[in-house]
Amino acid sequence: MTQASEFRSRIQNEIADYISQEILRDATRKVSFEEPLISSGLIDSFHLVDLALFVEKTFTVRIDDTELRASVFDTVQALTDLILERMQGKAG
Amino acid sequence: MTTLVERLGEHYRQTPERVAIHCLTGDSVEAIMYRSLLDSAASAARDLIALGVQAGDVVIIIQPHGCDLITGFFGALLCGAVPSILAFPSEKLDPQRYARSLAALMDVTRPTALITNKRFEGEVHDVLSESGSSLRILISEAFSAGQQHDFMSLPGVDLSPDDVALLQHSSGTTGLQKGVALSHFSILTHVERYAEKVQMDVQDVVVSWLPLYHDMGLIAGFLMPVLLGATLVLMSPLEWVRAPYRLMQAVSHYGGTYSWLPNFAFNFCAQKIRDRDLQGVDLSSWRAVINCSEPMRLESHAQFIKRFAPYGLREEALGSCYAMAENVFAVTQSTIAAPVKVDRIDRRAFHEEQLAKPANMGTGSIAVLSAGRPLPKTQIRIIDETLNEVPERVVGEIALKSETLMTAYYRRDELTEDTFHDGWYLSGDLGYLANGELYITGRKKEIIIVGGKNIYPQDLEAIAGEVDGIHPGRTVAFGLFNEQLGTEDVIVVAEEDIEDPQARERLSEAVRQMINHGSDVAVRHVRVVPRGWVIKTSSGKLGRDANRQKYINTFLMEREGSYTIEEDAGA
Repeated sequence: MTQASEFRSRIQNEIADYISQEILRDATRKVSFEEPLISSGLIDSFHLVDLALFVEKTFTVRIDDTELRASVFDTVQALTDLILERMQGKAG
Repeated sequence: MTTLVERLGEHYRQTPERVAIHCLTGDSVEAIMYRSLLDSAASAARDLIALGVQAGDVVIIIQPHGCDLITGFFGALLCGAVPSILAFPSEKLDPQRYARSLAALMDVTRPTALITNKRFEGEVHDVLSESGSSLRILISEAFSAGQQHDFMSLPGVDLSPDDVALLQHSSGTTGLQKGVALSHFSILTHVERYAEKVQMDVQDVVVSWLPLYHDMGLIAGFLMPVLLGATLVLMSPLEWVRAPYRLMQAVSHYGGTYSWLPNFAFNFCAQKIRDRDLQGVDLSSWRAVINCSEPMRLESHAQFIKRFAPYGLREEALGSCYAMAENVFAVTQSTIAAPVKVDRIDRRAFHEEQLAKPANMGTGSIAVLSAGRPLPKTQIRIIDETLNEVPERVVGEIALKSETLMTAYYRRDELTEDTFHDGWYLSGDLGYLANGELYITGRKKEIIIVGGKNIYPQDLEAIAGEVDGIHPGRTVAFGLFNEQLGTEDVIVVAEEDIEDPQARERLSEAVRQMINHGSDVAVRHVRVVPRGWVIKTSSGKLGRDANRQKYINTFLMEREGSYTIEEDAGA
C-alpha cells in the first residue's frame, strides 16, 4: 500500500467509525465506504451538521453547510475525496 | 369581525412599503413589502381563477421554502380558495411513494388545484394524473408577474368570517392525515388573543425557520406577524438544520424579538454551533424564545441558556407553550419575560398513582416544566378514563373548550366523533393542573413526536411490513425519548425467527431503509426479535406502550427510568 492510499484508508475508516459509533450509536453496524449516507436517510438531517463538525475537528478542513447534501457527497468515499481535495488545496 | 383578506387589505392600503417578510434563502434576502406581497399574490390568484378555481375550493401547495410558497399561499386566499400547505418531500423520500400517499390524501380532501414547482410536478406527474384527472396544476415558475392590482375586486374579498380560511394537515404518510379546517374568525381571533398574551405588537420581529405545513410555523411563525403588521424574518428549515447558527445571526442582524422552537432545537442549537459562527452575535433583543410542540425539558432550557447567555440571551426570555392545530395554535402560554415555572413532583407517586405530589427533600423527584396558563376564553379540564373531571394535581387527559376550536376534521366525520365529548375536545395528551398552570406529562394517543413532527406508528409499521419476511401485526414502532437530542428516537421491533445473526442484520437493515425512504423520519434502531416477543392486547392489538416498556427492560436496563419524563438531577 502506498503512503497516499494508506492515508486515504485511514480517513475512510475514521469517518465510517464515527458514523456508526456517534451517529448511528451502534458500533456493530459497519458502514461501508460505498453505501449511500444521505440519500438513503442513514444519516438523518439532524446529524448532517455533526458530520461537518467532526470533519472540521478531525481533519481541519471545512465542509460548508450548503455542501451537506447528497449531490455533493453521499458516501464515505466521496466525503474522503472532498477532504483530501481540501487538504491539498490548503497545503498548496 | 373581518377576514384575513380584509386585514391584509388594511396593511396594503395603510403601510404598503412596510416590509412584511424578509425571506432568507442561502446568503440572499428578499425584503417583501405588503404591496409587493399582495400584488404578487393577486396575480397568482388570477392564475388560479383562470384555471377554474372558485371560492371555497381547496388548493394544495407543495413548494420548498421561498417567495413562491408565500405567493401561492396568499394567492389562494385572495381568490377565495382554501389553501393547504403540505410538506415538500425531502431528498431521501421515494417520490412514487410520496405521490401515492398524496393521492390518498386527495381522495379525502378533494382539492381543485395544486400549486407546485416544475421539479416536483415532473416527479409525480404520472401518479397525479392517474389519481386526480380533474386536478389543475399551477406551476410556480409560471406565476404571472406581480402587477398593481385592485385586489379588492378578487373573490377572496367577498368571504365572510365564518368561511373556511385554510386547511392544516396533521403529519402522517397515509390517509391517516387529518385536515383541520379553520375559519377566518378563528384565525383572526386567535392571532389577536395570542398576540396579547405574548405582548407582541407591530414593532416586533419574529424570526422563524419553522416549516409552514405545521401549526407552529404557519400560525406563530408566519400568519401572526404578517396579519399583525409586525416583521417576519423567514428562513428555510432545511438550511437551518444544516446551519443552526443562521438563526442566531438572523436574530442579531434583524433585532429579532420572538422565536418559537420545538424542544429538540434548544439542544440542537446549544450543541451544534461553533464559537466562530457566533462572533459578534448579540441576542439581547430576544424577548421570547418559546418552547412548543413536543415535550419540554428543563435540561434543554438549561443547555440553551448556558450556551447563549454570553451572547446576551436573557434567561427569562425562555418561554413555554402548549398548542395544537385543532385550536388554531396555542392553548396555554407561559408569562412573557418571566421564568418558566418548574414543578418538582414525587417520582413514586407520579409513576404508581398518577399523582403530581410536590416532592419532599430527599425523595426521588421529577422536574416538570409548566406550559403556562390558558389563553383568555379557553377552558381546560383534566379528565379520567370515564371522562369525569379530576382534582388538581391528578394526572389525566387534557380536554379543552375555546372559541377558536375547530368544529370538525375536514371530511372525516368518524374521527370528529371520537375526539369530542359534550363540546370538549379530547386532546390525547396527559397532564395536570396546579395553581392554574398546565403541566404536560405524556400522552394517551400512540403518536411518535420527532423534532416536533407527529408520526403515526401505524404508518411506520405498514411501511416496514412491505419488507419481505416482515409480517404486519408482528411489527411494532414507538418513540423513545433521547436525552441528548431532546426529542424521541424511532424504534422498530419486528418478530422473525432467524438464527443467523447476519441474516437478522440484513433484515433489520432492509426495514431501516424501507422506513427511511418511505417516511419523513429516520429510524434509530431496528431490532429483530424471536416470535412471541411482541406484546398484544387481549383483542389482538399491538400495545405500543407495553412494548416500549418491554424494550427498555430488555435492552436498556442500565438506563431504566430515563425514558419517561425528566428525572430531576437535583434530587
